[in-house]
Amino acid sequence: MAPDMVTVIDLVLLALLCAAAVALILVRQLFAVAILAGAFSMLSAGLLVTLDAVDVAFTEAAVGAGVSTVLLLGTLALTQRRSEESRRRGTGPALLAVVLTGGALVYATTDMPGFGDPEAPGFRHVVPEYIVGSETDIGVPNIVTSVLASYRGYDTLGEVAVIFTAGIGVLLLLGRRREDEIQDEARRSGSGDEG
Amino acid sequence: MPEAITEHYNYWLVIFLLMAGLFVTITSGNLVKKIVGLNVFQTAVFLFYISLAKLEGGTAPILTGEPERFSNPLPHVLILTAIVVGVATTALGLALVVRIRETYGSIEEAGLQEADRQDELRAAAEQGR
Repeated sequence: MAPDMVTVIDLVLLALLCAAAVALILVRQLFAVAILAGAFSMLSAGLLVTLDAVDVAFTEAAVGAGVSTVLLLGTLALTQRRSEESRRRGTGPALLAVVLTGGALVYATTDMPGFGDPEAPGFRHVVPEYIVGSETDIGVPNIVTSVLASYRGYDTLGEVAVIFTAGIGVLLLLGRRREDEIQDEARRSGSGDEG
Repeated sequence: MPEAITEHYNYWLVIFLLMAGLFVTITSGNLVKKIVGLNVFQTAVFLFYISLAKLEGGTAPILTGEPERFSNPLPHVLILTAIVVGVATTALGLALVVRIRETYGSIEEAGLQEADRQDELRAAAEQGR
């Protein structure tokens, strides 16, 4: 049986993702790390489209590949461009831990329902209700939107709380810096007067 | 191909990506690269969830008026939320990196340990005086 087109695209994208991940391990230039991370996000967005998750794909492309890359590049501009690690420590134990964890995960997948299996428990519980209800109860054709904003609206409210907290955290971390700098400068000019 | 491979290859490749992210996070001495490793791990988890939601012969869960088989919209919603939360935590992590760089003058694990050691030596010397 010849594999269908979607499977081929799926495999090609997964292979490119694996290549990007391996390149990420090997590269030391932090600029290249940031761009590879952006490429990784963009490729995963492509893969999400083939997996029917179009809403997730454009969020990943905009937020994962866009905003994250900008944040990384901004951090590099404020810190340094090159990783100075001359040699990696603990590569052996790390490799062992990674292989053991991966092996355990692969072993666990053998108990899982197959990829695309319509008999999987995930398709049988509340999901049929959501698919019917999206039209009759909510009246929104995009089922993801009706679950996000209505059936699971409290989850989205919780997400807003998390983003707010993270925003406050960033402001406290980076906003305080300016006050410290001003105080430092004041102290420096004060001691300069005494000297 | 044996059924076990055709049924699970997607999960296995995603697990490889997960482990690549974990490896970068463990072995990299650079804090920015550690955060990128965490991001790779996180994106792989997203792909795993969306793989679970895929239905053979299904389409994107948007009603068009025709009877169709839809992939599971619930994991899509969860991951939509997780992507945005992920960026918020990345921003917080990177802000911490910028602060660490200002205080320690380095974003390498070795540099940070060296700075701590210097601090301890200086404190000990001042106590001895």
